[in-house]
Amino acid sequence: MIEISKLNAWFDDHHVLKDVDISVPANGSFGLVGESGSGKSTVLRTITGLVDDWEGNILVNNKELGTTRDKAFYRLVQMVFQDPFGSLHPRHTIDRILTEPVNIHGLGNSDSRVVEALKQVGLDNSFRFRYPHQLSGGQRQRVAIARALILEPKVLLLDEPTSALDVSIQAEVLNLLSRLRRDLGLTYIMVSHDLAVVAHMCDDIAIMNHGRIVERATAGQLAEGSLEHPYSQQLYKAAGGYDRAVVDSFVDWD
Amino acid sequence: MSNDPLLNVKNLKVTFNTPKGEVNAVRGVSFSLGRERLGIVGESGSGKSQTGRAILGLTAANGRITADELKFHDVDLANLTPKQWRKVRGARISMIMQDPKYSLNPVMTIGDQIIEAYREHHKVNAREARHRAIDMLEAVKIRDPERVFNSYPHEVSGGMGQRVMIAMMLIPEPELIIADEPTSALDVTVQLQVMAILDDLVRDRGMALIFISHDLHLVSSFCDRVLVMYQGHVVEELAASALHEAKHPYTKGLLNCLPKMDGDQSDLPILEREASWAEG
Repeated sequence: MIEISKLNAWFDDHHVLKDVDISVPANGSFGLVGESGSGKSTVLRTITGLVDDWEGNILVNNKELGTTRDKAFYRLVQMVFQDPFGSLHPRHTIDRILTEPVNIHGLGNSDSRVVEALKQVGLDNSFRFRYPHQLSGGQRQRVAIARALILEPKVLLLDEPTSALDVSIQAEVLNLLSRLRRDLGLTYIMVSHDLAVVAHMCDDIAIMNHGRIVERATAGQLAEGSLEHPYSQQLYKAAGGYDRAVVDSFVDWD
Repeated sequence: MSNDPLLNVKNLKVTFNTPKGEVNAVRGVSFSLGRERLGIVGESGSGKSQTGRAILGLTAANGRITADELKFHDVDLANLTPKQWRKVRGARISMIMQDPKYSLNPVMTIGDQIIEAYREHHKVNAREARHRAIDMLEAVKIRDPERVFNSYPHEVSGGMGQRVMIAMMLIPEPELIIADEPTSALDVTVQLQVMAILDDLVRDRGMALIFISHDLHLVSSFCDRVLVMYQGHVVEELAASALHEAKHPYTKGLLNCLPKMDGDQSDLPILEREASWAEG
């Protein structure tokens, strides 16, 4: 579904992605893990057209992407952002937030589409005419997912979709995302700093550091902890909680 | 760890007056603290931060604190005048906040801020204070203390900023540190490195620590004892090593709903809340 090869990106003089290769089959789920500044979100932002200065090949559904994205692309690929507080318009009702993409794409029938999208993310109709500030963080993230789903895309790019949420709410949203992938046959690329979240959600995982993929693993390999690169091993150990001796073994990767 | 308590809290309540009526953020929390590391864990809105802020008298103006007892040694924290507070805050109890970006003064060099914290409580000349500040920056494992001393907060990374905060809060040598999500804004490895620094300093100087966090696993691997809060109540108190023996359904639910790296991708158990938990 998605084939990325030799992807490089720059922010001014700063080389932020270095020869990134990713391949995700249809209905697959690919996880990108790394710390801040590793470039993991930039991969998603480049695919979706939010980064201007890039080189390389990105194929989505066998179609090569150029410098601009057309409407058809956004019906195929939608993104869900990290912060449900910043990504919903504070003065638009949920109904208007969900109707807007339907109108932009001229799909018509917005009334039943909004009802259906809310149902898909487990929100009842009483939410439809509320404002974002009247919703909890988890409910807002459900709305953000509904807004992505309303165009019936095949690919969802998920940028830390649960890192702003409490763990109990995170579990609900992760379950929702798993169910949607099963039921609607979606393809995911998911970015997270949390190794456990990615291990739970994804089949294939790439670990990034300073714009480069340093190691690839399957969910099974991650479960066994059989990682080879010292940076990935360090991330794996860090996910195990606080241990004074482990911390002393850490190296800076700057 | 010594058993004679540093801090005694009995039936602490924090209530806010809002346009929509009263909000009870903390509803009867009791604990006593010796020279140990106590974790307070809970989700957003559980009252964990408000508990920490109430101890230091930092509750917002529309809030009201009541307690049967709120004592630090023999100082009654519930009835201090602003002048008396200045002798306690920073000098004897201090607080490390979550985000160094918002807690450091952006227009003052890091060195000047640390010196200010020190000279507020110790009568020393400028040279001596500078010397102490550099020593403290070294103690928090900053490799180039002279450079950081002369930098402004925006010139250092998040992890470095948090180390500066720790240096600033520890330099007056308080007896009790309240750390409110001190590492939540940091990457995992940096987070653990900062915690190791805090761990060493608190241990060496025999300070007591209250560590407030939403991360049950992290807290239990770091602290001696953990209080689990839900809607303003402490629902369970545990020895950190006995986390797996947690009895309260809320604590168990919190532990179970975490994704694990065991290769199991089936649905996560959902935390089913019961109304009775909120009654304590």
